[in-house]
Amino acid sequence: MTQTQPRGETQIIPSTVWSGPGCHGGCGVNIHVRDGELIKIEGAKESDYNYGTLCPRTLSMREVIYHQDRLQYPLLRAGKRGSGQWRRASWDEAYDVIERNLREIRDEWGAESVVFVQGTGRDVGGWLALLAYNYGSPNWMQSLPGNSCYHPRLGAMKVTMGDYVQADLSQFLAGRYENPEWRVPECFVVWGQNPVSTCTDGLNGHWVVEAIKRGAKLVVIDPHYTWLASRAALWLQIRPGTDGALALGMLNVIINENLYDREFVEKWTHGFDQLKERVQQYPPSKVAEITWIPAEQIVEAARLVARSKPAAIHWGVPIDMAAEGLTVATAVSYLWCITGNVDNPGGMAIVRNAFDVIPYPMSQQAIEQLYGDAMPVEQRNKRIGRDEFPMVREFHWRCHPDLTVDAMLTDKPYPLRGSWIAGTNFLMGATDPRRWYEAFNRLKFNVVMDLFMTPTALALADVVLPAATFPEREGVRAWWAPLSIQQKAITVGECKSDNEVAFELSKRLNPGFKYQRYEDLMRFFLEPSGISLEELREKGWIMPPEGSATRPYRRYEKGLLRPDGQPGFNTPTGKIEFYSTTYERWGYDPLPSYTEPTFSPLSTPELAEQYPLILTTGARTISFFHSEFRQIKSMRCRDPYPFVDINPKTAEGLGIRDGDWVWIENHLGRVKYKARYAAIHPRVVNAAHSWWFPEKGADQAFGMWESNINLLIPGNLYSKTGMGGSQQKSLLCRVYKADEGIEGIFEPQGGA
Amino acid sequence: MTASETGNALFIDYEFCTGCGACEMACRQEWDLRSDEWGIKVTTQFLNDGQSFNYVPIPTDLCNLCQPRLADGSLTEPSCVRHCLAKVMAFGSVEEMARKMIGKRRSVIWAPEPRPRRSPLAVGGHNAE
Repeated sequence: MTQTQPRGETQIIPSTVWSGPGCHGGCGVNIHVRDGELIKIEGAKESDYNYGTLCPRTLSMREVIYHQDRLQYPLLRAGKRGSGQWRRASWDEAYDVIERNLREIRDEWGAESVVFVQGTGRDVGGWLALLAYNYGSPNWMQSLPGNSCYHPRLGAMKVTMGDYVQADLSQFLAGRYENPEWRVPECFVVWGQNPVSTCTDGLNGHWVVEAIKRGAKLVVIDPHYTWLASRAALWLQIRPGTDGALALGMLNVIINENLYDREFVEKWTHGFDQLKERVQQYPPSKVAEITWIPAEQIVEAARLVARSKPAAIHWGVPIDMAAEGLTVATAVSYLWCITGNVDNPGGMAIVRNAFDVIPYPMSQQAIEQLYGDAMPVEQRNKRIGRDEFPMVREFHWRCHPDLTVDAMLTDKPYPLRGSWIAGTNFLMGATDPRRWYEAFNRLKFNVVMDLFMTPTALALADVVLPAATFPEREGVRAWWAPLSIQQKAITVGECKSDNEVAFELSKRLNPGFKYQRYEDLMRFFLEPSGISLEELREKGWIMPPEGSATRPYRRYEKGLLRPDGQPGFNTPTGKIEFYSTTYERWGYDPLPSYTEPTFSPLSTPELAEQYPLILTTGARTISFFHSEFRQIKSMRCRDPYPFVDINPKTAEGLGIRDGDWVWIENHLGRVKYKARYAAIHPRVVNAAHSWWFPEKGADQAFGMWESNINLLIPGNLYSKTGMGGSQQKSLLCRVYKADEGIEGIFEPQGGA
Repeated sequence: MTASETGNALFIDYEFCTGCGACEMACRQEWDLRSDEWGIKVTTQFLNDGQSFNYVPIPTDLCNLCQPRLADGSLTEPSCVRHCLAKVMAFGSVEEMARKMIGKRRSVIWAPEPRPRRSPLAVGGHNAE
């Protein structure tokens, strides 16, 4: 990609922001390069995704890319695990060590005994799938208990609707908001997220602002009074973990007041009568008691959603993390189904990979489409969790995280011996991280690939590989639209992309690997689109045109959703299933219901006496992506400390002033945080997640246990379906003043 | 040079400013400012239990309205205006920006004095330390 430029001249290279560092978005950028150095990154106005805008993290990329602590060459462990003693190695040597160890494990224990572990937001999942497949392991895993991030929502939609949908903010149309096909949602519900602090799967948070500017009435469901809540027509201050009850209560109102879309329900859905009967158990008065939201607000919100044409709902991870995440997602999804907001302009658009290009397969079916029958069925059937969870067997393409960690500790169903860990710092993100620490330390061989030395790499790695940031790598993104190019603009040290490493090791580990050059694989990905790599490089970002089955709207009427080409949805009945024949076949309740959090004033009243506050965690700040950016000075000046948000009245009652260091404690332990007065429910505190302190250095393990809120969250909490239920949003705690802060951490100078 | 001489200003529709800080970082990237320096800084207003909840970006004396950036005509907006995630900023003549205020619930125009400040963009930057 990079041609030799005359010295001193600036070259501008179009590309797409997509990790590393982690990010769910796909912003188009123009990368300015001079004499081989990245000078700046400008948002590309030509991209319909971000039309020139960029987030502060992307605008700090020079700090990330050229940071003195960036990993720049492979490291081999030179002391005990966790000692922080390393020796620099060449890629050839590192590959030799990796190949030898992985082959030895495969020969002695079988390929299934190596687990390929990913986090979120880095374009690594598809590459781990490639590597795992070519090594021969069916165990590819997301490092979050109960797969409690997006996968319960995806799974629910796949089961009951046959496809995935996303709130339609014109992101699938060229020209965006001005495209005459699009309509502004009359009502836009933000459910359990602060989109302007984040950039979620398929929906850039600030698109919501564009909708409210254009007149969308906003409903915000959040225990925090966020900026969006301040601009909302209705703010429902929910008790964390009770989203399922709220959804069922709103369905109750919409059905009993005959506000649903009768024509759509009759023609395109299955099981309405059973759903109607079920929601009678959730009258607004009862739901008000569960959720702490006044009954009249529940009624008002339900009426607003049902009467607005179109209406859209954007949902966040608290839905997955609720005790029965899959079920909660199912209930929420019925709100748009019952109001006919399916694949309609300004409603909920069905999403498919642009032009059916699938560099990142999102289901077992998609993997098979991509790689054929590369893995024998009997090997695939060794995927951990397959026997226990129909979701893992039939939909999900990853092994079950909790059962996999169990297997490391118990050797059941079979012993595990190695891991490949990429794009995840799970000791900062998974619940009960000490259990994960112990489990992975029982493995014989761990490879960690990341941008920086993380607590997870420090504690567990035998080999550390330096990962490229997005301007350093070549790739294709089609998730969901537009089809986007990633071009390599610069080289930093000896860093390589996850893509390259997976490709090169696949060649080493599978003699039958059919691609010679990485570019061949990119061309293979692009085949369904009919667009050449050259054309994509030139144009940068291409939106599916009118008539494409990967572009909305109303594809269920046109026969574009089902493999048989018939109108309807890709479900067993051909309809959206309010009574799910699939859940029934799997032995689950075919209708949605509400489950109380495992630890709550209702479930564990005695514990709640001791720990009277609801602890919620993981609210996003735009400065960080989970555990990333803690060493980036511009971001740390914005967000210097691990903050716990607390209502001033609650704090005053506890003798806590704004800015005091405090202990957050429950039956599992205590961690130190800085109190920050905030507009949050008086009975709820919110602790920032994934906090570590790179400035404390490896000899102090980067302070990884000081403010690690996951120490207060039990492991092995997951939904009975295996999908969802990590409950990181709904624990119990108490908060009290600490005598002192945390030694040796960054203090911003000149005002934060 | 004063605003009346350049005749240019920044318009901000702060009804819809989300406080994301893209303007701050866009400026820092463009002018290679240190992490304790701002060419524009977002202030927060949170009054009466949140009945008033606004973010208002205010340019500092380090703002030069991106005059050098715009000099050759290939770029038409200051870096903050280009990158603003909520698209609430605009740049143009004082008169044109003032007209934009009509019909807006909460807006402001700023006309900082554009002074040359520092040489643009040393690679690596002060913050890559």
